[in-house]
Amino acid sequence: MSLIIDQLSCSLGKRRVLHDLAGMEARPGEITALIGPNGAGKSTLLRAIAGITMASGHMTLDGLSLETQSLGQRTRKLYYLPQDTSTQAALSVFEAVLLARRTQVVEPNRHALAAVAQALQSLELDPLAERELAALSGGQRQRVAIAQAIVRRPRLLMLDEPTSALDLHHQLQVLDYLHRLARQDDVIVVIAIHDLNLAARFADHLWVVKEGRHIVSGRPGDVLTPQRLREIYAIEADVEWPPGSSPRITPRSATRRLGS
Amino acid sequence: MKATTFSPSSANSTTTVARYHARQRRQRWLIAATALATLMSLLLDIATGPGAYALSDVTKALLAPSEVSRVLQVVVWDIRLPVALMAIVVGASLAIAGAQMQTLLNNPLADPFTLGISSAASFGAALAIVLGFGVLPVAGTLLLTGNAFVLAMLASLMIWGLSRLRGVSVQTMVLMGIAIMFFFNALLGMLQYVASAESLQQLVFWSLGSLSKASWGKVGLAGLALVVTIPVFVRARWRLTALRLGDVQAQAMGIDVGRLRLRMLLCCALLSATAVAFVGTIGFVGLVGPHIARLLVGEDQRAFLPMSALTGALILSLTSILSKTLIPGILLPIGILTALIGLPFFVSLILSSRKEIWR
Ligand SMILES: Nc1ncnc2c1ncn2[C@@H]1O[C@H](COP(=O)(O)OP(=O)(O)O)[C@@H](O)[C@H]1O
Ligand SMILES: [Mg+2]
Repeated sequence: MSLIIDQLSCSLGKRRVLHDLAGMEARPGEITALIGPNGAGKSTLLRAIAGITMASGHMTLDGLSLETQSLGQRTRKLYYLPQDTSTQAALSVFEAVLLARRTQVVEPNRHALAAVAQALQSLELDPLAERELAALSGGQRQRVAIAQAIVRRPRLLMLDEPTSALDLHHQLQVLDYLHRLARQDDVIVVIAIHDLNLAARFADHLWVVKEGRHIVSGRPGDVLTPQRLREIYAIEADVEWPPGSSPRITPRSATRRLGS
Repeated sequence: MKATTFSPSSANSTTTVARYHARQRRQRWLIAATALATLMSLLLDIATGPGAYALSDVTKALLAPSEVSRVLQVVVWDIRLPVALMAIVVGASLAIAGAQMQTLLNNPLADPFTLGISSAASFGAALAIVLGFGVLPVAGTLLLTGNAFVLAMLASLMIWGLSRLRGVSVQTMVLMGIAIMFFFNALLGMLQYVASAESLQQLVFWSLGSLSKASWGKVGLAGLALVVTIPVFVRARWRLTALRLGDVQAQAMGIDVGRLRLRMLLCCALLSATAVAFVGTIGFVGLVGPHIARLLVGEDQRAFLPMSALTGALILSLTSILSKTLIPGILLPIGILTALIGLPFFVSLILSSRKEIWR
C-alpha cells in the first residue's frame, strides 16, 4: 500500500520533460522528499501524479492504477499543493480553507466548520482567520495553502516547496506537523524541497531527479553523500553524520556549471 | 521538537468559528440592506414619471388596484411597472454576467460585453433597422430583439466552439473576443455606410439603451434567462469561487477548469444576450456592479452572486429614476446615465477601501 511509479514520461509542448521515471516508491507513514536542481522536473512530476498535467506511463496508489482515473477521481484521494500560491482573491482565510473542504466533501456545515477551525489552529493561523488572502504575506499565504491541503485529509499529500517562503519557526512547525500527520494518520507525504538539511532531518526517504531523470532513491544518509551532491548539484559539500542524528550538509562552493 | 501546536484547544477553535459566523452575518445584513434599498428604488421608480401621481396613490394602485381610477391603474400596471421591473431584471442580469466574466477570465476589467457580444447584437439590430431583415420568423419590434439576441448568442457560441476545439485558455478567449468584436464592428460599419439618415438615428438611439419599450412579456422573457442561469451558478458556487485561487489550485481541488469555463460562459452569454436584445447596450452596470459587491462582501460566491445581482439591479433602477427626473418632461436614454449614477458611488468605495484586490 503505497505510491509506486513504475514508468512515467511527460512532454510539455514539444519538450520531453520527464524521461521514463521508474522504481520510485513513497510509503504511508513516511515523508518522502523530492530533491533536484531547478528545472529538474519536480513540479511536473507532482502535477503528473495529481492528473493536472497529462503524462503517459504507469503508476499505482494503494494498488490502483492512477492513469485510468480522471482528475476528479484522483483528487478525492490525493492533493497537490502548488509551488505558486499567490492570489488576489477577496476571500477570508477561513472562507478559503472552507472552500478547499467544500470542493471535496459534502457534509453537515457544523463538521466542516470545525475541521477548518482545527486546521487553522494546527498551523497557528487562527489569528488570521478573518484576514483576506490578498492582504497576507507570501509566507502567511503559503501556510493557508497548507491548511487548505490538510483540511481535505488526502491519502497522498504532495507539497511543492511548501516551506520556500516560511521563516525558520514556521519551517520547523510545518514540517513537524507533516511528520506527525504522516505517522499518526498513515498518510503518504511527498515534499519537493530545496533545503537539504531540512530534507535530511524530516524525510524518511529521498527521491532525486535531475534533467527529468530519476537519479537515485533511498534513505537520506545513503543518498546525501559528497559524491552524490557533486553529481546532482555540482557543488563541493561536507557531510557530517553525528551518531543518533540526521546528516548535516555544509555546502562549500559551486564548482562548475550545473548544466541545462 | 515540542508539540505545542498539536493539541488544539476547542475553546480557541470555537471562537474562530464564531468570528466566521460574524462575518457571514455581516454579509447577510449587507445583502438584506441592499435588497431593501432595491425594493425602495423600485417603488420610487414606479412613482416617478409624467402625470405627477402621489407616492401614496401609486402604492395604493399597486396593493389594491380596484380602489384607484382606471387611468392610474393602467399607468402603474401597464406602463410603469414593466419598465421599473425591466430595470431590476436587466441590472441583475448584467451584473451577474459581469461578475462571472471577471471570475472566468480572471480579469477585473471584464464585463458582459468583453467577448464581443454588444458588437454582434448591434449588427443584428442594424440588420433589422437598415435592411428590415430578420434572422427569426418574427415581425414588428420583435424583429430587432430577435436579431440582436441571435447574433449575440452566435458570437458567444463561436468563442465557445473554438475554445472547445482548441482548448481553453483565458488569453485565447479574450483574443477571439476582440477579433469577433472587430469583425462585427466592420459589418456594422458597412450597414451604417449604406443606411438612410433616419435608420442611422434609430440605430444610435437603440445603441444608447432604453427601457421604455418594456412590456410584461419582455420582462417575463428576461426574467426567464435569470431563472435558467441562476441555479447553474448556484450549483457551481464552490467551483467558481475556487477559480479565484488560480487555475492550478482549482485543478488540484479536482475542478475541470476548462469545462467549467465553457459552461459558465454559455450562461453569461444567455444573460447578456437577453439583456442587450431587450434594452440595447447598457454599459457600466456589468463592470461596476460586481466591483461594488466584491468590496462589500468579498468573492465567496455564496455572498458575491446575490450581492452582484442586487447592486446591478439597484444601480439600474436608480438610473431609471434619474433618467425621468433629471430633465423634467424628457426621458433620457438610460445607457448614457448609468455611468453618471454609478461613478460617484464607485469612486468613493475605491477610495475608502485601500485594498488591492487585483494586481
Ligand atoms: N509549460 C511548459 N512548457 C514547456 N516546458 C516547460 C513548461 N513548464 C516547465 N517546463 C520545463 O520543464 C522542466 C521542468 O520544470 P519543473 O517541473 O517546473 O521543474 P522544477 O519544479 O524541478 O524546478 C524545466 O526545464 C522547464 O523549463
Ligand atoms: Mg518546481
